[in-house]
Amino acid sequence: MNRALRPLLATTAIFVLAYLAAIIQFPAMLSTRVLGNFLTDNAFLGIAAVGMTFVIISGGIDLSVGAVIGFTTVLNAVLIMWLGLHPLFAFAISLTVAAAFGAVMGAAIHYLKVPSFIVTLAGMFLARGGASVLSPDSIGIKHEVYTTISKSYVLLPGGGRLTVIAMIMLVVFVLGMILAHRTRFGSYVYALGGSEVSAGLMGVPVARTTILIYTLSAFLAGLAGIVFSLYTSAGYSLSALGVELDAIAAVVIGGTLLTGGYGFIAGTFIGVMLQGLVQTYIVFDGSLSSWWTKIVIGGLLFLFILLQRLVFSAAAPRRKVFWKS
Amino acid sequence: MKRKNWRGALLRPQFAALAAVLLINWLLFPGFFDITLQDGRLFGSLIDVLNRGAPVAILAIGMTAVIATKGVDLSVGAVMAIAGAVAAVLVTGGASAIVAVGAALLVGLLCGLWNGILVTYLEIQPIIATLVLMVAGRGLAQLVTEGSIVTFSDPVLIFIGTGSLFGMPMPIVIAAVLTLLATLIVRKTALGLLIEAVGVNRSAARFAGISSGLLLVLVYTFAGFCAATSGLIVAGDIRGADANNAGLWLELDAILAVVIGGTSLLGGRFSIPMSVVGALIIQAMNTGILISGFSPEFNLVVKSGVIILILIMQAPITSQWLRARTSERKAQ
Repeated sequence: MNRALRPLLATTAIFVLAYLAAIIQFPAMLSTRVLGNFLTDNAFLGIAAVGMTFVIISGGIDLSVGAVIGFTTVLNAVLIMWLGLHPLFAFAISLTVAAAFGAVMGAAIHYLKVPSFIVTLAGMFLARGGASVLSPDSIGIKHEVYTTISKSYVLLPGGGRLTVIAMIMLVVFVLGMILAHRTRFGSYVYALGGSEVSAGLMGVPVARTTILIYTLSAFLAGLAGIVFSLYTSAGYSLSALGVELDAIAAVVIGGTLLTGGYGFIAGTFIGVMLQGLVQTYIVFDGSLSSWWTKIVIGGLLFLFILLQRLVFSAAAPRRKVFWKS
Repeated sequence: MKRKNWRGALLRPQFAALAAVLLINWLLFPGFFDITLQDGRLFGSLIDVLNRGAPVAILAIGMTAVIATKGVDLSVGAVMAIAGAVAAVLVTGGASAIVAVGAALLVGLLCGLWNGILVTYLEIQPIIATLVLMVAGRGLAQLVTEGSIVTFSDPVLIFIGTGSLFGMPMPIVIAAVLTLLATLIVRKTALGLLIEAVGVNRSAARFAGISSGLLLVLVYTFAGFCAATSGLIVAGDIRGADANNAGLWLELDAILAVVIGGTSLLGGRFSIPMSVVGALIIQAMNTGILISGFSPEFNLVVKSGVIILILIMQAPITSQWLRARTSERKAQ
């Protein structure tokens, strides 16, 4: 068995076991309806988490995704409701703005030589502030395109609904996997995460790759924002507060190494589903309060970081340096 | 580190920035520097800036020490919420205020200790290690308060948030005392030097005989203590513990204060008083935006502008460009 796949298998095993345990307690959880809702409710988180996976594999972190999601929902609402643009046109503008925003952050990280978390922190303030300046209040979006998209779905056997936004998430995951494992850009991302200096010496275009990584992350956050606005039919500057943390948690639970250079897009999918499972379980149980979600996700995060430590200190022939200096 | 003379210290860009922000506030609001004495307590916008800035200043003291070791503590906001929740629940449950305050501070120390052990002995990157508590911490605080906002009327706890000593509001007094103590401890003993050594190169520091593991744990524990103190002030100020909103995003303000104060994010160079000045700059900007009638959300845009400006100023590329220009001028 390939040793590199161990963390992915561990995550999958834990998800399956947790799901089985949940089914034993609540047999109703085994239905395509619940699974369909899993996908729909976490679609925006999943899309943002794909971008985050690329960033973390490259050895960075992006704290701005939640704010970019919030900003995109407001920008969409403003373009559609106030300026009367067609939603598809508004989507194109929002995605362009988000991608440009990411490109600027990537350029700042590369050329100013500052840690990514400070630059993306500034980006987070800017995007949240910008969204509030556009409109501090929630704007409802009413447009036939919105109603059509949110009403259309594919009926799964067993009565479950595969909604359009769930399908968007699944497509993003498939494209993300192809991009990470089957393209030159994907190899560059892994190389950068291994060591930026060696990657540069081997001929990886460091500047271009760094800028593209953050552009991709912000673009996907923008797409997540569009999905979020479809999901809620509104634009609000404070929506998706703290989603960056959920996305990071999903990536880590999915087995991606926080020091960079190692990870799977598929693992992130399991990470997102595991968070969905925790939320759904708490809803099914009814007696547990919503704050248990945070505690359990924090606990899972800790467990997986610990697991990574153990697996990698056992696998590495010499002590792996976990401090990236 | 050599002692600089006072005039040199006062000419630092941070003081210039603070003066500039205060001046702009004064231009917007001519009564800005007016201070009055009422019922034995000082009132005025300037006092308000100090008072409102105290929680972030206290967080910044702990955060400075953490960042000096090349780490970061994202959990301080959540620890504030936990500490406030513990104090409020104990005091409404009939415990005396001393016990409540002691328990809250102890919980803060334990949270810091947990972070420290994760960073030191499990060797997890600080940003991730403290992320665990940041995510779970608010949940724990809600667990303590059982999801509601616990209000209290205990005079001692309220005094911590709103009382005054020698005419100065209590938060300012606590922040000043902590700043003074922390500065004296790190600068009059070898502790500051040891922290800087660990920040520059942890292995080298260990080989030089510094017990860097213990030092790191100590630094994170101290940050937890500062966070708990700050949490008590915020809880006392609103006379209640709000697990969801107490200290929300304050970890980012604290990091920003430390960065504005000139502490290097790459470790090894730090100044606690300058971080406190950084916290005051942030608060002076907040107050200025509020009194000039902009919406509070506008703050975020201004803050991000400030971070970008600092990053550009600190970037190696800028200093290279400046050096190139000065050498060009000399050549002419």
